[in-house]
Amino acid sequence: MSGWRQAVVASVTCETANARTLQIEVPGWEGHAAGQHVDVRVRAEDGYTASRSYSIASSASSTSLSVTVDRLDDGEVSPYLVDVIAPGDHLEIRGPTGGWFVWRPNAEQRPVQLIGGGSGVVPLMSMIRSHGDLADTTPFRLLYAVRSPGLAIFRQELLRRAADPDLAVDWAFSRETPEGWGAPPSRLDLAAVRSAVFPADSGALAYVCGATPFVEAAANWLLDLGYPPTDIRTERYGG
Amino acid sequence: MGFFSSGFSGRRRPDTPGLPPGQYLTESFPVLSTGPTPRVESDRWRFTIETDTEFVRQWTWDEFLALPAEDVSTDIHCVTSWSKFGTHWRGVSLDTLLDGLDTVDRFAMAHSYGGYTTNLPLADLLGGRAWVAYEFDGEPLAPEHGGPARLLVPHLYFWKSAKWVHGLRLMDDNEPGFWEQNGYHMRGDPFLEQRYW
Repeated sequence: MSGWRQAVVASVTCETANARTLQIEVPGWEGHAAGQHVDVRVRAEDGYTASRSYSIASSASSTSLSVTVDRLDDGEVSPYLVDVIAPGDHLEIRGPTGGWFVWRPNAEQRPVQLIGGGSGVVPLMSMIRSHGDLADTTPFRLLYAVRSPGLAIFRQELLRRAADPDLAVDWAFSRETPEGWGAPPSRLDLAAVRSAVFPADSGALAYVCGATPFVEAAANWLLDLGYPPTDIRTERYGG
Repeated sequence: MGFFSSGFSGRRRPDTPGLPPGQYLTESFPVLSTGPTPRVESDRWRFTIETDTEFVRQWTWDEFLALPAEDVSTDIHCVTSWSKFGTHWRGVSLDTLLDGLDTVDRFAMAHSYGGYTTNLPLADLLGGRAWVAYEFDGEPLAPEHGGPARLLVPHLYFWKSAKWVHGLRLMDDNEPGFWEQNGYHMRGDPFLEQRYW
């Protein structure tokens, strides 16, 4: 599991002005669990390399690997992956890794509360796609906090998948709402979270992903709502 | 090496002294943890050392602050590939906490508020290389970075530097802690790139 494997970009899809999905062909790819990440390494012509970790976006049922990358303006690797790399280009993949922030279908069917901030929705999307592709009937609920509809990664697919009776999607727009939204943009607070998540007595397991301040706040709201700390799993990125 | 990523030049910082293989430098201080930040009140805080002979040492917060402390300047290396140079900490050396302890155990499991665990060879905790730190950059250690106190073992990947640490259990066998059960290496030397199993 420690080795790097050569891989080829099969296709690229623009998600937003800042985010792009890379479908990557990895010879012998053995699949992943929803929520895991991979390390991606890129190599300059003179042999210089740089690597970063990215969450896997594709369904665990998928036979190929997709990662969705959000551009960090001062980043070294993400601007290349979002703005430059093209189908047929090479990179290296290590993983998948991560055994904690994962969801696997299970007989217990314990409700799953997902909370994503910005590009933190990516590993949650892998869980939603896995759940949907298997027609799993575990109750799923996503609260997706994002600045504006235009920056919402996977917005059209989420609107479509929310027709699944076992998936509810709640949106929180902090700067700009869709037309006819009926409420002004606002930052999340405890009251808004309370009305948009499974109650603690549902026994839900929560997965929270986003930038550190968002994850800190969201995990604390869940604690305030009575979720046991051991039922809140977090994944953070950014400085 | 015939293979490269077309159009990638990168921000090369070749041969940065002290940077382990596969790491990049960051000026920020990213936060990684598996769950909510535990709410640990210092008046209820305890640090405990248990051994196979059931010998227990325990300190309250006030007792801990009264122990001889050291200022530590060190580089830190996270398994997710960032390294941060020249960080400043204050805390109590594990040499002080383990001083005079009579044990044949060779390993330790660090336990944290919130349930996190990580295993370390006892040898990595001794010899002026490990601390329980309660200040960062001259300020009380922030909760999201492990406050009130965290383990600081900077010569290993930073998941070994357990946040919100509240004790050590010494063991004769090396048992895997939280991340070690979830795919990470039993020792985690960044210069040997011991990331995963």
